[in-house]
Amino acid sequence: MSETLLEVDQVSKRFGGFVALSQVSLTVRTGERLGIIGPNGSGKTTLINCICGALVSDGGSIGFGGTDVTRLAAHRRARLGIARSFQVPRPFLSMTLAENIAVPLEYVAHHRSLHRADVSVEARAILALMGLAERADAPTGSLTQVDLRKLELARALAVRPRLLILDEVMAGLSPVEVDEMLVIILDLSRQGVTIVMIEHIMRAIMRFSERVICLDAGRIMAEGTPAQIVQDRDVQRIYLGD
Amino acid sequence: MARWTPFIVGAVVALAAALLLARFVSNEYFFFAGYVVLQFIVLATAWNILGGYAGYVNFGSGAFFAAGAYTAVALIKGFAAPLLVQIAAAALVSGLMGFAVGAMTLRLRGIFFSIATVAVAVICETVVFNWGFVGGARGATVLQPEAPALFASYTRLLFVLMALLAVLAVVLARYIETSWIGRGLQAIRDNEEAAESVGVPTLKLKLFAATASGALMGIAGAPFPLYMSFIEPTSAFSLNYAVSALAMPIIGGTASWAGPVIGAVLLGSVQQIVTVTLSSELNVLVLGVLLVAFVIAAPEGILGLYRRVAGKAGSK
Amino acid sequence: MSFELLGEAIVAGVLLGCFYAAVSVGLSVAFGLLDVPQIAHPAFLVLGAYGAYWLGGFGLDPLLAGVLLTPVFFLAGLAVYRFYHATFERRGTDAGLRGLAFFFGVAFIVEVMLILSFGVDQRMVEAAYIGKSIAVGDLRLPLRMLVAFGVALILTIGLSLYLSGTFTGRAIKAVAQDQTALALMGADPVRVKQWAFGIATGTCALAGALLIIVAPVEPGLGRLYIGRTFCVAVLAGLGSMPGTLVAGIILGIAESIVLTSLGASWAPAVAFGLLLLVLAVRPAGLFGR
Repeated sequence: MSETLLEVDQVSKRFGGFVALSQVSLTVRTGERLGIIGPNGSGKTTLINCICGALVSDGGSIGFGGTDVTRLAAHRRARLGIARSFQVPRPFLSMTLAENIAVPLEYVAHHRSLHRADVSVEARAILALMGLAERADAPTGSLTQVDLRKLELARALAVRPRLLILDEVMAGLSPVEVDEMLVIILDLSRQGVTIVMIEHIMRAIMRFSERVICLDAGRIMAEGTPAQIVQDRDVQRIYLGD
Repeated sequence: MARWTPFIVGAVVALAAALLLARFVSNEYFFFAGYVVLQFIVLATAWNILGGYAGYVNFGSGAFFAAGAYTAVALIKGFAAPLLVQIAAAALVSGLMGFAVGAMTLRLRGIFFSIATVAVAVICETVVFNWGFVGGARGATVLQPEAPALFASYTRLLFVLMALLAVLAVVLARYIETSWIGRGLQAIRDNEEAAESVGVPTLKLKLFAATASGALMGIAGAPFPLYMSFIEPTSAFSLNYAVSALAMPIIGGTASWAGPVIGAVLLGSVQQIVTVTLSSELNVLVLGVLLVAFVIAAPEGILGLYRRVAGKAGSK
Repeated sequence: MSFELLGEAIVAGVLLGCFYAAVSVGLSVAFGLLDVPQIAHPAFLVLGAYGAYWLGGFGLDPLLAGVLLTPVFFLAGLAVYRFYHATFERRGTDAGLRGLAFFFGVAFIVEVMLILSFGVDQRMVEAAYIGKSIAVGDLRLPLRMLVAFGVALILTIGLSLYLSGTFTGRAIKAVAQDQTALALMGADPVRVKQWAFGIATGTCALAGALLIIVAPVEPGLGRLYIGRTFCVAVLAGLGSMPGTLVAGIILGIAESIVLTSLGASWAPAVAFGLLLLVLAVRPAGLFGR
């Protein structure tokens, strides 16, 4: 039984009068593949934002690798090893692909101790993992949607994460592209990265996850293996109606 | 790839040129005008560190400039402090101001920082108006000391000093731009939330840029009282500084240290000519119109236009 | 300060505050609801004030002038927003900086054009209610302040009712919260925002007239009102109309008290100081969304 990497305990988040998360608790073991599903507005992205530090939770605590990160700034959590991709890709548009990757390399992975040329080499190596190496010096604005998502993933990898959180990284991709992504992600998992995937595309969730959590209206509605989740009455009701 | 050798050579040449000019040019007005242009190089470069590199717009550059000037006056009146001490103190005061404004507002959206800079400008002006020690609304006179042996006049000394300060400002800007700090700032400008998520300490970097920017503006202002032999709030806090500090980098190009220099030299010279031949209101109007025109049509400034024409991809 | 003096200051402050609310409602819409960095709003106010001055030269009452100029300003607002949206809101990375610089440039140009057209001296208007005061109990209240107070109330309450009562008004509030949802309901978010910005600019005509009724104006006044209008808009809680009224009154009272105790030279700093305080302590404002 591998140890707990991420521990979310009774986390809540309110926006004015609207309760986005209500005492959500979950744990993620090292090396695990966790899937999170739920309808739009159920709080999935808010949960990610709280875990990564983009938002500060209103209650509860978040522990990562034994450290309490509840009040820690997002960039410090990145340095501890939490990386994420954004639902809508947020590349650094004025930079080339390689420069995009260089930023986390300089700020997290090496803390600016590496010589500049080596950063460039390593950035290209990471881009090669995604099949983007030939366009390393191209401006980011020229990329297709799929490639933007791959860049997003590559940039998250440059953080050298222990925990990688993917927020709907497959959205808008064709089935072929989905499979392409899945291969890359499963490979990462094999290399030891703990991955949490938020997705709407059930095929991806089923093939990827060891365990699935279903969120609805800020609460965890169901939890189990992919097979169990699909059979769960609450999940069926949420997705298919009564 | 940042190569420093040609840059350092260029800087030394510029300084040598300044010294030679001070030695051999006989037209005194050249140094009056030249000082102003060099001052704008420092001001525009300072603005660009926070505005161009990080994307936070300072509307109150006049306040930081004047804070430097008035710190110098206070030190002259109180301690007869030498010029270098005045400059150091001005850097400290204006740097602290930059830090304070940043600490209050850089956590919020960009526009709040901008409005806070206007607030600081008005508050500073109000404080100075009511501070008799530095002359208040009436102003204060400052005596220019004797020029040392090398220089025909004290103004020439100030001209060379400002040339040195301009070179130092540009060196600092280039260092920030080409270092990991600059890349972090660029990431912040492009997408702050993403930058934070990949480990960029956004608040710290922004505070650093705000402090450095403020300090440089203070340095630009420190020799001003000696240059004018007089100081009063209306001219020290003139809106022209705020608009120029913003317009020069935007028109010159905000992506690199060269843009503010181009903008300062071009616009500074044009300003000198227009103010003398036409009117100062017209001068300021032209500046405003050019600013709007460039913001709309040529957002990357003259530098960007040049790069587009020359076909380069934008290497440093 | 004596109790009596304080009481007078507060009453004066309430009147002044409602006036501040009136000049800020446009900004509450443009910046609060539409997220446009409308730093030129005070410049438009001053433009409206000079419009009233100019029409006053033909014998028109300033309030009437303000009302007449409202459709002109409204149309101008439509055009400005269309241009702003096409040039800045749709673009990429530093659109924010450029949009801000754009409005700053516009404000600047307006100020200089006013200087070139009217000179730097202060201008004022004349009307039956300017220069007189009426006695209410022990207090003497300047009539022009009461007129401004009345018009301000009508303007703020009217706008508030419009936003919550009419379909377009509610669409405007909706677009501030969720553009996509509005689009799905069949309304074009850009047209709605354009209409809202037109209204925001339109208010500057009448509010500008109030400006010159309350005190003489000069072209540089805009800069001072950046502090006041943004202070009110932010303190209100971005986009809240009732909040604008409350925040205006708070600012008015604060300025009035400072004016009475410390003198006129410190009054300009109050709005800015209050704004910095709000930004530091509670940037969401009183009624923030």
